[in-house]
Amino acid sequence: MDTADKKRVLREMLFARRFEERCYEAYAERKIGGFLHLYPGQEACAIGVMEAARPGHDYVITGYRDHIHAIKCGVEPKAVMAELYGKETGCSKGRGGSMHLFDISKRFMGGYALVGGPFPLAAGMAKAIQLQGGDEIAICFLGDAANNQGTFHETMNMAALWHLPVLFVCENNSYGIGTVSHRSTAVTEQYKRVCAYDMAAEQADGQDVEAVYAIASKAVNFVRSGKGPFFLELCTYRYRGHSMSDAGTYRTKAEVAEWAKRDPIFILRDRLIAAGELTQADYELMDKDILVEIEDEVIAYAENSPEPRVEELEKYVLAENDPWVMGGVS
Amino acid sequence: MATLMYWEAIRRAHDEEMARDPMVIAMGEDIGIAGGTYKATQGLYDKYGPARVIDTPISENSFTGIGIGASFLGVRPIIELMSVNFAWLAMDQIFNSAAKVRYMSGGQLTAPVVIRSPGGVAHQLGAQHSARMEKVFMGIAGLRVVTPSNPKQAYGLLKSAVRCNDPVFINEHELMYNLTGEVPDSEYFHPLEGSEIVRPGRDITLFGYNISVHWNLQAAGILMRDHGIEAEVIDLYALSPLDRAGIRASVSKTHRAIIVEEAEAPVGVGAEVMAIINEECFFELDAAPVRVSARMLPIPFNRTLEKAAIPDIQDIVAAVLKMMGR
Repeated sequence: MDTADKKRVLREMLFARRFEERCYEAYAERKIGGFLHLYPGQEACAIGVMEAARPGHDYVITGYRDHIHAIKCGVEPKAVMAELYGKETGCSKGRGGSMHLFDISKRFMGGYALVGGPFPLAAGMAKAIQLQGGDEIAICFLGDAANNQGTFHETMNMAALWHLPVLFVCENNSYGIGTVSHRSTAVTEQYKRVCAYDMAAEQADGQDVEAVYAIASKAVNFVRSGKGPFFLELCTYRYRGHSMSDAGTYRTKAEVAEWAKRDPIFILRDRLIAAGELTQADYELMDKDILVEIEDEVIAYAENSPEPRVEELEKYVLAENDPWVMGGVS
Repeated sequence: MATLMYWEAIRRAHDEEMARDPMVIAMGEDIGIAGGTYKATQGLYDKYGPARVIDTPISENSFTGIGIGASFLGVRPIIELMSVNFAWLAMDQIFNSAAKVRYMSGGQLTAPVVIRSPGGVAHQLGAQHSARMEKVFMGIAGLRVVTPSNPKQAYGLLKSAVRCNDPVFINEHELMYNLTGEVPDSEYFHPLEGSEIVRPGRDITLFGYNISVHWNLQAAGILMRDHGIEAEVIDLYALSPLDRAGIRASVSKTHRAIIVEEAEAPVGVGAEVMAIINEECFFELDAAPVRVSARMLPIPFNRTLEKAAIPDIQDIVAAVLKMMGR
């Protein structure tokens, strides 16, 4: 990343932070319903990895904490916000919600709410890429707690066995909902868990976006060059609860404060300032500009968009007018 | 018309679709080198190779999910679950991913997978290999469910299912793979919706699907021969969606209905058909509809107990005679 890239990435991470904080407010105002899982603290993971990959070209799939992954893949923030509002202009036409963002035109293949569910779906997309001979890769972002599902072990086995072009990114934030990983997991260093499948794996600092970018570049190149799957563990932390209904009683404020000292946005900002590439005033202007953009373009769009029509309630259950349902056209 | 066994008809459908489209693949346990437990993929491994005829590990949920994920990018996987009992393990991916992805993506993404699996009570396979799960699948929005009762349907339903853009579950039966029947020599696509009148009659309708169609045909023969009763036998090869119009048409003609199912009655096909009869043609009825179904229990190993747990032809005949006041 050159200086211009770093400044852009800083803005993307700050935008992600402000976007999520604004979601929190909208949820408190009851503009957003249902479940809401926020990303503050983990920004360097999705943004750093996708900076190294090819957004819009590589196929990306993730869990329910999916807003920033979608945006980094190229989904318009206003379409994401409209989806959270349940509007027809949302990226899933209001049928998905926060946990089920989709934009196939950007190859953002969705957020899924069953923990561990995307593992085999990602491997399946990689199988399709392998059959079709393309240079895309499949990228699966999930949290550490997903690695306690059967789909983790089943999929790692098949991905390694069949040399599938899939990158598994484990965003290790140390918590599975409200249970700290050492209370649920015998081996908490997640990258070690795939050695049973002889899969290439590395662990890196998920708070430093430049470190994420460097390791992800290596991982992406490994997978794209046909060497098989790669498992990348990024050590990170989420400041907010698991979801909005999480009071956070399972951890101390001191722990959260300790992690906040290594905030991914501040790490990059301070590095750029120290290098003379950015001033505090530049940063504050960037922040102000982002807040205006979110209010004027993102929130306004979501607020003013139409609701889905009840007449179209059943529209997307099955394919419409599929000739093969009645035995084809011949 | 060629006479084929049920398994041969399925194998032929695989072969034709795989020859036509390189994106059609087959996957499942022992389907490749071993040719499939019921021979439904015999010879395909040698013809199409390991990249397209995939022997999977015994990881039902994840290999089903891999098929679903591949279908997102235009691959057309035909997934064999060796026994429908094992489909429970794949239910997360079938229910949460394949059936819902079109809806929750606002119509952007589809999962055009075919999942084939045999169920039913075979010979002393025990409680964990005798499930009849069609009732579970037909309750899932976004999933089509069909169940072939003969080789022609087994061939034509699989052909249509591969090309259809919806996920389709094909419920086969362990006792029917060696059943013979005529299959058209030219390509044939069976509709994924509707029902078939396999024996017309005017006195009573016997609804069935898959193996119970054959029981009903035998019962209808006995009823005609011994009692002069003309039973109409309807094959509900499509379980989701069910053929409301076909059910209404037959009951409006015969005014009496019995639903015969190898599965337990609660929350089943029979319950659903009865509900449709009530909704569509209640005032056409001359008698309250009846279900002939399995007992509500895990299937026992003992052969005598096993037979007693599921309906037989005499149960069907007795139910008809009772309804007809004979």
